[in-house]
Order: sequence, then C-alpha cells, then structure tokens
Amino acid sequence: MSLLDFLRPRPKNTANIARERLRIIVAQERATRDGPDYLPLLRNELLEVIRKYVHVGADAVQVNVERNSDGEVLELSVALPEAGKATGTGG
Amino acid sequence: MTETIVITSGKGGVGKTTTSASLATGLAQRGHKTAVIDFDVGLRNLDLIMGCERRVVYDFVNVIQGEASLKQALIRDKRHDNLYVLAASQTRDKDALTQDGVGRVLDELAADGFEYVICDSPAGIEKGAHLAMYFADRAVVVVNPEVSSVRDSDRILGLLSSKTRRAEKGEGPGPQHLLLTRYNPVRVEAGEMMSVGDVEEILGIPVLGVIPESENVLAASNSGVPVIHDAGSIAGQAYADAVARLVGEDVSMRFLDAPKKGFFKRMFGT
Repeated sequence: MSLLDFLRPRPKNTANIARERLRIIVAQERATRDGPDYLPLLRNELLEVIRKYVHVGADAVQVNVERNSDGEVLELSVALPEAGKATGTGG
Repeated sequence: MTETIVITSGKGGVGKTTTSASLATGLAQRGHKTAVIDFDVGLRNLDLIMGCERRVVYDFVNVIQGEASLKQALIRDKRHDNLYVLAASQTRDKDALTQDGVGRVLDELAADGFEYVICDSPAGIEKGAHLAMYFADRAVVVVNPEVSSVRDSDRILGLLSSKTRRAEKGEGPGPQHLLLTRYNPVRVEAGEMMSVGDVEEILGIPVLGVIPESENVLAASNSGVPVIHDAGSIAGQAYADAVARLVGEDVSMRFLDAPKKGFFKRMFGT
C-alpha cells in the first residue's frame, strides 16, 4: 500500500462478493440440475406458501433430488428463523 | 490411440478458439499428430486464429455430407506438418452437423493415425456445442474469473456429465480441466478479481492452466499466429505449460503473482 492510498477511499473487495454469490447460486443450480424442470418453480411456490406463515429469507427453501436404486427422492428442507429473531432478506 | 478433447465454456468470448489453437499447436510442437476442428457452423473463426483462412476450400460440413473427402478438407498448418485444421462451414445452417456425421469424421481421423483431436466448441448449449462435447474423452473448460463465465462453466460441467457418449455408456464424464484466461494477478491481489483458488473451489475441478491477461494474445490473433508461438510472451509460456500438463507432465503454475513493486512505487503508487 502506498502513502497516497490512504488519501483515496478504499475500494470494496468485490472478488469476495462474487465468490459468495457464486457459491450460493452454483450450489442451488447443482441441486436441481439433474431433476425435473419444474423444480425451481416448485421451490419458489413453496417459498411463497411458507412466507404466508413465517418470515423466512429467499434461500430458506432448498430442494434436492437424490437418485438411489429404488428411484428418485425429492428432499425438501426449510430453514426456519430462530425464535424471537427477525430474518430480513426478503425478495 | 486417439484422444478427443473438447474446448468448451458455455459463455462466448472467453478464449475457446485462442485456447484450441494454442493447445493444438503445442501438442503438434511436441511431435503429436493433431487435428483441430471448428464446430461453430455459421461463425467460422478458428481458421483466422490459425492463420489459414485463405486456404479453406472444403469444410467440416462438406465432409459430413460427402461433398469432399476428409483429406481434401484438412488444411495442413504452415509451421507444423503434423498439425491440421478442419474449418467450420460459413454458409450452412447448424443442422448440417449430425451426430453420425461427426462420429464418422472422428473415426476416420483415428484411422489416419491422429493422436489428438481438439474440438473447438461454439458458445452456448445448442447443437454445435452438444456435438463438440459428445464424443470427447476429456474436456477443457475455459473460464474467465468473472461471475457469468463461472456460472456458465458449471452449467457446461453438468452437461458434460450427462449429455456425452461416455455418460450415456455409464463411463462417467472423463477427465475435466479448468483453464483460466484473462487472469490479472494485480487485480486479484487488490480484491477486484476472483483468484484461481476461488474459481477452482467453486467449480470443483482441477486447473490445467492459468493464462495471464496479455496484449500478446490480441497481437497473435491479429497476425494469425497462435500465441503459443510467441515464446517470449507470458501468455505463450502459460499455454506451453498447459500443454505439458495436458500430456501428463508435472509443471508448476507460473504468473499467478503480481510483479513486486520497488520502493518508490510502494511509497507513491502508480
């Protein structure tokens, strides 16, 4: 870092932001990649229904398709907020 | 034994053709009989990057449709007589490529004693991209350290594990490699660009090479000489390293760190 850098506003570390955004979206897309096309829509509709009752964030619902010898298993997980804490990332 | 390698990315403009040209040239430089095929029907460009655009008489589609023999359509490289280019058709529509036809051409190349066939995929996930990867034994996924390129690469990795002949036979996707292009160590250090480690971790496949951003890449395509010929440039050296790794040599990564600044620059910046 040079002396003159102290006089400039520090830029944000946008590489970290990119990495975190990609981690989330890639994990989400991988989970539904081999499944039927309706999975993302199903996920969004479930999220809407859950939000009628509980305030949860946009990534609270995870869907996952697992294959085993007996067929396919659709796994749903819903992360509920801790009691008394408001979760805020709507949208 | 012929090894078919697809150079793919999903996103356009990340350096697939530049990479195809340099990897094919590098393999030929090492003595391997190599063919490089442009799968981008309608948007032929490999011929320009290889510097043989004025010698294209017959193309890939002509061969598939029986209008020319493979021998007539293969263009021998000016510098290496064990390197051949098969140009994409500039005029036909994408449906001119068929799975059977591509398979026949690859079989004929194998029968002719080619050791490596490099398939330069078009961008996107349409037919040309599908056919470029379908017969591949290995894949090189070209990626820029940038969000849309990384996401598209992950999509392509999904297709490689499900929509290839290997996958259909239940053999698994075959070796997959990442090749980062336009890498800028100064920006990585400043936190403005994702690092090799970041991209490798997100995509979860090993890195074959990292090509630093370099003005020599444009100079090379301007003159129709694959950048790997420019042994004085860091991009050319990085491609040569990637080729060495491709054939199984253990070569350590170079050009990942920003050049060290001197005392004056550290105090007063640039």
